[in-house]
Amino acid sequence: MYDAAIIGGGVCGAAIAMYLSKYELKCCLFEKENDIAMGTTKANSGIVHAGYDPEPGTLMARLNVRGCEITAELCAQMGVPFRKVGSLVLAFDNKDIEHIGRLYERGIANGVRGMKLLNREDLLEREPNLNPEVKGALYAPSAGVVNPWRLCIAMAETAAENGVEFFLGSEVTNIEKTMGGFEITAGGKKYESAYVINAAGVYSDKIANMVGEYDFTVSPSKGQYYLLDKTQAGLVNSVVFQCPTERGKGVLVAPTADGNVIVGPNAESGSARDDCSTTRDGLNYVAAEAGRTTGKINYRENIRSFAGLRANTEHKDFIIGESPVCRRFINVAGIKSPGLTSAPAIGEYIADVLKDCGLFMSRKSGWRILEPKIRFAEMDDEQKAELCRRNPKYGNVICRCNTITEGEIIDALNSRIPPRTLDGIKRRAGTGMGRCQGGFCGPRVHEIICRHYGVPAESVLLDRNGSFIVCGKVGEQK
Amino acid sequence: MTYCDIAVIGAGPAGLAAAAAAREAGAGNIIIIERDKEPGGILNQCIHNGFGLHRFGEELSGPEYAGRYIDMIGGEGIELRLGTMALDISPEPEPGEGGIRRKTVYVVSEARGFEQISASAVVLAMGCRERNRGPIFVPGDRGSGVFSAGSAQRYLNIEGYLVGKRVVILGSGDIGLIMARRMTLEGATVLAVAEIMPYTNGLSRNVAQCLDDFGIPLYLSHTVTNVIGSGRIEGVVISQVDEKMQPIPGTEKHFDCDTLLLSVGLVPENELTRAAGITIDPRTNGAKVNEDMQTSLEGVFACGNVLHVHDLVDYVSAESERAGRAAAEYLLKGAAAKGEERIIENGANVGYTVPQRFDPERISKSLEIFFRVRKKIRAGEITVYSEGEKIAGFKREFLAPAEMQKISIPKVLLDRAKGDLTVSAEEIAEVN
Repeated sequence: MYDAAIIGGGVCGAAIAMYLSKYELKCCLFEKENDIAMGTTKANSGIVHAGYDPEPGTLMARLNVRGCEITAELCAQMGVPFRKVGSLVLAFDNKDIEHIGRLYERGIANGVRGMKLLNREDLLEREPNLNPEVKGALYAPSAGVVNPWRLCIAMAETAAENGVEFFLGSEVTNIEKTMGGFEITAGGKKYESAYVINAAGVYSDKIANMVGEYDFTVSPSKGQYYLLDKTQAGLVNSVVFQCPTERGKGVLVAPTADGNVIVGPNAESGSARDDCSTTRDGLNYVAAEAGRTTGKINYRENIRSFAGLRANTEHKDFIIGESPVCRRFINVAGIKSPGLTSAPAIGEYIADVLKDCGLFMSRKSGWRILEPKIRFAEMDDEQKAELCRRNPKYGNVICRCNTITEGEIIDALNSRIPPRTLDGIKRRAGTGMGRCQGGFCGPRVHEIICRHYGVPAESVLLDRNGSFIVCGKVGEQK
Repeated sequence: MTYCDIAVIGAGPAGLAAAAAAREAGAGNIIIIERDKEPGGILNQCIHNGFGLHRFGEELSGPEYAGRYIDMIGGEGIELRLGTMALDISPEPEPGEGGIRRKTVYVVSEARGFEQISASAVVLAMGCRERNRGPIFVPGDRGSGVFSAGSAQRYLNIEGYLVGKRVVILGSGDIGLIMARRMTLEGATVLAVAEIMPYTNGLSRNVAQCLDDFGIPLYLSHTVTNVIGSGRIEGVVISQVDEKMQPIPGTEKHFDCDTLLLSVGLVPENELTRAAGITIDPRTNGAKVNEDMQTSLEGVFACGNVLHVHDLVDYVSAESERAGRAAAEYLLKGAAAKGEERIIENGANVGYTVPQRFDPERISKSLEIFFRVRKKIRAGEITVYSEGEKIAGFKREFLAPAEMQKISIPKVLLDRAKGDLTVSAEEIAEVN
């Protein structure tokens, strides 16, 4: 019998797991994919929003501002890439100037600190590559960029370190109410839990339906992106938004926490829940819109195009709290932008929600946060030399684009929630994230996975179930 | 700190040839830095033949060609450091003894850890990598089964695994063509090769021997417009493109397949070069060099595919031997007295040249210029002008972007040039 079962191993589920692991509770987390951070968490803009967008007084406003406050420190403690680069909302005409004025006021109401309205001159001094037709901007210094899957994995590993059990490849297919709480069928097995927290992302309505709640429907909105090589770093120094239009929040151009440049997204409402395909039209639209921000984007340096889904519902605000139709069933649903920013604050908040719902919670002694992993490329010469003396595997560079060593890959394989796929290693160690996109290091990482688990090459996956890489030894084909 | 005369970065065909030539020219203490476990570079996975016709007068396989050079670097004076990654190159601020400005190369390996190697001269021979899905915007799902042709070749020829059974290939570069044949021989079915250009990008002999001989259809002016499958890919859609390379609606062809190979070009791998502050030519994506293959940083030379992408390894060897000799000369004589450098400009239909500049004082016999044309030309003349005056012309029956061109301007003609040179490729009226 668990005290709380979390459904969904995205950034929200991971944050909730981490905050609940601070208490004397028996918790578990179910994830249908073969790894955590596999949904929206791995395909989004990676922005930590300052908090001037949400309507004052909403849960979204509160969690956004709080999330922005705590993410930086959390990332520093866990060694997650984060950079407080600030954000800009550009204005191109008087209507836009009025709009950023309203955003400024909303930001003040939400408690966002340090915002400034910049004139054209100050703006272009800060961002010389912008479209010269720009008139001014709202500047929010507290905004930042984070590596979203690294944040998710670090929080999940911290949770696991402190006793939360993770069940991967365990799709929740049924939830029954029982005397003591719930019986959950996940991955074909049955589990009992007093409380259920539904953080199932684009599937959260399906999970809610299982306990008879039909108050919301997720209608995913797909967004497509370009990710440019690190050679393009410096194109913009901050996250650069345009004013939102009827068509959506608009396309942003931003540095990423890892030093690349990201351009996107568009917004395709009514997308299928499993549709993360890119399209020619979608990417062309993104390029056309981004061209208004700056004409200096070099798409020849694109290293990857990708798409992600936002878990939009018919409600403007996040849907967080006990289900109106089912006691002890907590929804964390409709977590669209600024969901990533809010995630740590959501985790913190859910602990309070559970208390309010009657769960007895006492602080655990000896709780500890995950320590940063070894990152060879980030060390100075002396540290590198010392590291290699201690363990020569850190001298074997496997990913040459990002200088990632065999030692770091082995660390990932020995981590609290060990990956079994090439992309699982990628999300933890960073291999294959560079300009060659795994063309060179892929076969080598593949070999290390086979050696570590003692499995044949044919059984190793790139990412999701079914994504095998090789189909057999030469000479064994039928 | 380890001291050496010449540090060669890369033990592929370029690095091996440069090291061998440098030693022959009198250099003693040479270290070759190679990240792989074996020397030979990409030649090791090129088990087909066709290498060495120019250099050795016979047809060799890739490993055999590499073997010849591996034999040449044996013996005193050349140390091969395998499993070693060069991380950074930084030049000393001032020239030291003998007017030589030393460079520190930072390397790391499992065997020796993190080290600094101080070298009088450095030869950059890091080769190139394959362009992948990113810069060509292949839309669709992100399932597994999309490989660069070279990665699939490595899996097959080095690791011994077949990556898939039903294959579509995008791009008609040489590696893609070679892989079409190779995978067919291993029992896979190659359904189509799509090429966005109206002509192939590989050598004509490879089109004949790898596609035509196996009945593999080549779709010119076609590109991939969708990839289907989020686990393993299940299908690929190709469409015809118009003159502006835009897909034409209604021309879609669907193929049920589990594999898409990309053979869409090679990119010189110049991260070290850029980080060292060496001037890069945006046309080649390699360093700008003079007639000695010397880069903008004195005592640093570049050769092979890191400088510009070659079609034939034989030319890589020749170019690298020149770089190796020049590195030895720098070591023995110090920085050459600088004459007045002249620029080689790209004229009509010429995409780039290597070298990009030269010093007429230092040309003893002739100036060799390598270049690529921008379009197919039947019956053309390569002309060399200087300040409006034609100093040389070379007739060619056929010129194509896929085949690197070479001209050799004798010193007697070069002496007529009063300034910079412009190399052009012009169509001449066919006389029947």
